[in-house]
Amino acid sequence: MSAFAGQLSYFIFFATVTLIFAMATLGLNLQWGSTGLFNAGVVGFYAIGGYAFAILSAPPRPELLANFGLPWIVGLLGAMAASALAAAIIGLLTIRLRGDYLAITTFGVAVSIQLVTLNWEALTGGSLGMTAIPRPIAGFFDSSLDANIFYFVLMLGATAAIYLALESIVRSPWGRVLKAIREDETAAIALGKDARLFRLQAFILGSTIIGAAGALYASFIGFLSPFDFTPILTFQIWTMLIVGGSGNNRGALIGAVVVWGLWTASGALISKYVPAAYQTQGGAVQSILIGLVLVCTLLFRPRGLIGEEPVVSRHAT
Amino acid sequence: MIGQAIADGFLTGAIIALGAIGVSLSLQILRFANFSHAELLTWGAYLALTFVAFAGAGVSIGPLSFGWPLLAAVAAAGMGTAVVALAVDLLVFAQLRARGAHPLTLVFAGFGAALILRNLVLLIWGPEAHYYTSELQIAIEVMPDVRMLPDQIFVLALAFAVVLALHLFLRYNRLGMAMRAMAESPALARVCGVEIGKVIRWTWIISGALAAAAGVFSGLTVQLRPEMGFNLLLSLFTAAILGGGGSLVGAVIGGLAVGLAENLSVLVIPAGYKAAVPFLLLLLVLFFRPQGLFGSMERA
Repeated sequence: MSAFAGQLSYFIFFATVTLIFAMATLGLNLQWGSTGLFNAGVVGFYAIGGYAFAILSAPPRPELLANFGLPWIVGLLGAMAASALAAAIIGLLTIRLRGDYLAITTFGVAVSIQLVTLNWEALTGGSLGMTAIPRPIAGFFDSSLDANIFYFVLMLGATAAIYLALESIVRSPWGRVLKAIREDETAAIALGKDARLFRLQAFILGSTIIGAAGALYASFIGFLSPFDFTPILTFQIWTMLIVGGSGNNRGALIGAVVVWGLWTASGALISKYVPAAYQTQGGAVQSILIGLVLVCTLLFRPRGLIGEEPVVSRHAT
Repeated sequence: MIGQAIADGFLTGAIIALGAIGVSLSLQILRFANFSHAELLTWGAYLALTFVAFAGAGVSIGPLSFGWPLLAAVAAAGMGTAVVALAVDLLVFAQLRARGAHPLTLVFAGFGAALILRNLVLLIWGPEAHYYTSELQIAIEVMPDVRMLPDQIFVLALAFAVVLALHLFLRYNRLGMAMRAMAESPALARVCGVEIGKVIRWTWIISGALAAAAGVFSGLTVQLRPEMGFNLLLSLFTAAILGGGGSLVGAVIGGLAVGLAENLSVLVIPAGYKAAVPFLLLLLVLFFRPQGLFGSMERA
């Protein structure tokens, strides 16, 4: 492969992963940015999407309970249904809790889901993980670069579709109710809105999008293990949203590019210049950078890079 | 079997209780859920390790695996961790408070602080497990079929003494009373002339010192790893919420309940799921009694 093709291939890979995270960040933005729901278990829903997709669409393996080898699109829809169902159950139990209690509970959900992926070996392959997770129209492309470009275009379309859908949703009456609940729940209830129901709907829809991102990740990488779903992923996606500016879908996209770019660039620098014996410490430096970016954004630019656009009702003045 | 699980549960519970008191104080006095508190346990454990490395393990006291230097290390680590907690507050949380930031912004800041603190430990001390001493110990049969290491008995007794001292401090000391007043109502405390800044400083000092004790005890009974505190995070929050968010006795009983539940659960579910037990307990509490076992309705 020529140097140019190598760089192009690397860029396509980076851009595809960025889009996957951007999609998850969009889902989180619906929950936090629009509704004020503190989901600290993003990685849990991401994992449910990924594993559900793998279970439905990977070819059967004798040592696993289930692996159905179903068509790709069935796997994706199934993964979204699984994350929606999980969000509905968790939401019904916890949606009435105040902010930080909801955060702790969803954090616990993510920890528990990771324990299941690690310990229920017959379903999830345990620490060995799941392999041979398919991509759509696998086998159609001759080179892996072509296949990656196709997946990149697919992700671009999917993320754009979700972005446009969310943009119209937050501007719809339903989206305005979410914002009203976020700003002043008591007032929204006084206006006859069932705040709990709206919060639950936003929680389920956001988690479904996060689950879809997890499924698309599993399909892109082709391999899953419990170690892909550690709590740091939740913090990374939160940092993307806060750096970009919560409450703004473009902010979610920009945040994903900036934070994943920083993570990847620092990782590349470390693996190039830090001796092999100190690579774990190099990983620590990467995490410290993410923490610093998060804290500095909160301290010096609390609205994020672009922040939420102020909306004034056309009935005002 | 059950007796042993209960004894182990008390031990884990005592360690969790010491950490949960700090979470509880921050929920009540500082009014936010501090996700970085668990990292203070890790810092305490590693600071004590460094102290022991310089001072030497010393001659073991009686049947214990360590000598006086380790006890001095607990005190040194307590002070060091209090400094770490104060530094984080000065650099991060105090800035946000001064700006009147939303309480959930402090929670995000806690996420960031936790990432930084945990990975600094990894960066400074490396990823491998550490131990305070390499002494081997023989478990004593304290009751029929219940065996404990001398170190574990020592940890239990010392944890109890620390909690008792803190209880007396909060009950009878002027500063302790100011802390309780602020936990009840920050606005009222301010009107009554409580020095808010001083109370906040002492909240961090006490939280940090107790976290360090919990970290050292955890390191003494298991091992030291950079993620040791983080793995206890859910247990700490469960204990604090179970105890009602604010009350000291509540946090201690909450901690014991979590420790017992974790260790008894192993009798009925596979050990791999043990870490999910605090979460299930948390769900039950939040669903049936969100104000905690000892809390008032006011915070629900």
